[in-house]
Amino acid sequence: MQGLAASWRLYGRTDGVSRGVFGVLAVLLPLLAWSAVSYLPFVWHPQVLITDPGGEDYLESGMRMNRADFSRAVTEMQAKNEPVPQGIAANPVYLPSPGEVLTAFVHAFTSSAPTGAEHSITQAFGHSIQIIFWGFLISSLIGVPLGVMCGALPGLARLVEPSVDFFRYLPAPAFGALAVAILGIYDAPKIAIIVIGTLFQQILVIANTTRKLDFALIEASRTLGAKGLKLLFRVVIPGILPDIYRDQRILLGWAWTYLIVAELIGTSSGITWFITQQARYQHFDNVYAAMAIIGIAGLGTDMVLGLLGRRFFAWKREIDG
Amino acid sequence: MTEHQLPDYRTLPADVAERMDQIRQREYVLEIDHVGKVFAQKRHQTVALEDIEFGVHRREFVCVVGPSGCGKSTLIRILAGLEETTTGRILVDGKPVNGPGPDRGMVFQKYTLFPWLDVCRNVMFGIEMGGTERAEARRQAMQWLQVVGLEQFAASFPHQLSGGMQQRVAIARALAARPRVLLMDESFSALDAQTRLKMQNYLMEIWRKIDITIVFITHDLDEAIYLADRILVLKPRPGRVEEVIEVPLSRPRRAAQMMSDEFLATKAHLEGLIRSFGGNTEETDEGADDFTMPLLTLVTDKAE
Ligand SMILES: Nc1ncnc2c1ncn2[C@@H]1O[C@H](COP(=O)(O)OP(=O)(O)OP(=O)(O)O)[C@@H](O)[C@H]1O
Ligand SMILES: [Mg+2]
Repeated sequence: MQGLAASWRLYGRTDGVSRGVFGVLAVLLPLLAWSAVSYLPFVWHPQVLITDPGGEDYLESGMRMNRADFSRAVTEMQAKNEPVPQGIAANPVYLPSPGEVLTAFVHAFTSSAPTGAEHSITQAFGHSIQIIFWGFLISSLIGVPLGVMCGALPGLARLVEPSVDFFRYLPAPAFGALAVAILGIYDAPKIAIIVIGTLFQQILVIANTTRKLDFALIEASRTLGAKGLKLLFRVVIPGILPDIYRDQRILLGWAWTYLIVAELIGTSSGITWFITQQARYQHFDNVYAAMAIIGIAGLGTDMVLGLLGRRFFAWKREIDG
Repeated sequence: MTEHQLPDYRTLPADVAERMDQIRQREYVLEIDHVGKVFAQKRHQTVALEDIEFGVHRREFVCVVGPSGCGKSTLIRILAGLEETTTGRILVDGKPVNGPGPDRGMVFQKYTLFPWLDVCRNVMFGIEMGGTERAEARRQAMQWLQVVGLEQFAASFPHQLSGGMQQRVAIARALAARPRVLLMDESFSALDAQTRLKMQNYLMEIWRKIDITIVFITHDLDEAIYLADRILVLKPRPGRVEEVIEVPLSRPRRAAQMMSDEFLATKAHLEGLIRSFGGNTEETDEGADDFTMPLLTLVTDKAE
């Protein structure tokens, strides 16, 4: 109880119980709100889903229309003494209920519908993961070492950072056509877009992190005889590793935002292609299921990475409190 | 005047005079050869040190005192090689040195243990930098931890130790690299009075046991007199050597000596010197001398 109250004070200290309570509420509250909007007709339901067109010939069952138009149709039919159209209150097609999305979600893992290159959500998602993985890996293999060196060597920083800063402001999509022209239409240009979107930020972010290492530690190690590569590998890198890990987590999130662009160039593919296809057929339950998969996968990886980070870098957490 | 007259701080007791003679006969380990330092900022230049000339004998304990801003930290950073000289040079064992090196260990005022290494690995750091292989380095590090009385904390991490313990590990870490000179910049000033006294005794105990020369910076006059063979007094703006004092206290030192006449006489003299520089050991920038307390008109504490 005390923990709950303290959670609402500025910089208050929370206890494990209230953290758990808030964690559950964080998931539950949005779900409850969504359910209320979906299942309680008086909350929103601005449309009517036609179940029986009656005598009105422009109506079809399964069609959605605004409530006002529907009641106009009803009065019209009543006046003409023809069968009155029947319908139930419904939400717009772009807001399926949690139940429908859950069904689509389960369906995604249990069946495959042969439509196009990516047959199911899982296949589409698997393809997206591959693009992200290779893009982020290639970017990190260049960006992390280069960033560390820029942070540690002022000369290199002066030489490299201005042009990196220039490229960082060029939007990655601008490279789309170029990437396709050079790398073909399949996965290579997509991976290239992820690399372009991530790499330049990565170099600057990692360089800044490296520069922020407590200089007193460098001086202390110098008076103990450390220099050159030994200084780099025994002091600089262990000292900044927890912060680089944190940077990489954030950058991985950015890589995901470039996925949309990457998957739309050349032959469109992956989860983005799946979502746009399903949206075109108005299968919004599938769209939401796909979004849920992305969100859950993202949140899941980030939580796992956070837990691992706390294990690896216990000393850092103890210092930062 | 009912107070009894303090002796002249310059008259050394016989045993101290003999000891100072012995020290003077030893060779210089550290020489400060006409060192000057100018910090050039955008507009103006700060002359931090001007023509410092001083030699530290082998196994001598030298303290440096002076008002704030007189260049004590600048001097010791130059000795450590962390700062370049503008003029002059530093010699260790007669050879000029350039940049930091393992021959001059340093203990900083800030806690600078590597937070990602446990206590033992921290002490091993300097030994391993010297090229010793790991098992041997570990053995030596454990010995040094024994010297500072912290061998049971070998597996702890720095953030799990108190400030005093961290500074003891820092001393062990610096000594483990086998330096010729140990440089200390207000290393105990963040500690409380009791811990500080304990640390001072520790330091003198270690210094007695091993072949090490110590240059110790402090703004605490008691600390300087208690620890030092000689005290180097700097005067500010520009930083110059004002006086070199031979401390008239016999060794081994005990806290009780802080009440002796010799101690009080030396302290009285030092206090007079520092006061003569204009101001106490607090920040004394231009205009700070005629600092007047503004009227606190908001305070309405009427006793009615
Ligand atoms: N990096 C720097 N750039 C410019 N001026 C500096 C720099 N470092 C020190 N100074 C100046 O040099 C003078 C001596 O500074 P220093 O830190 O050595 O004093 P100090 O004796 O250690 O003082 P304190 O007792 O407060 O630690 C001061 O006037 C300071 O302003
Ligand atoms: Mg200082």
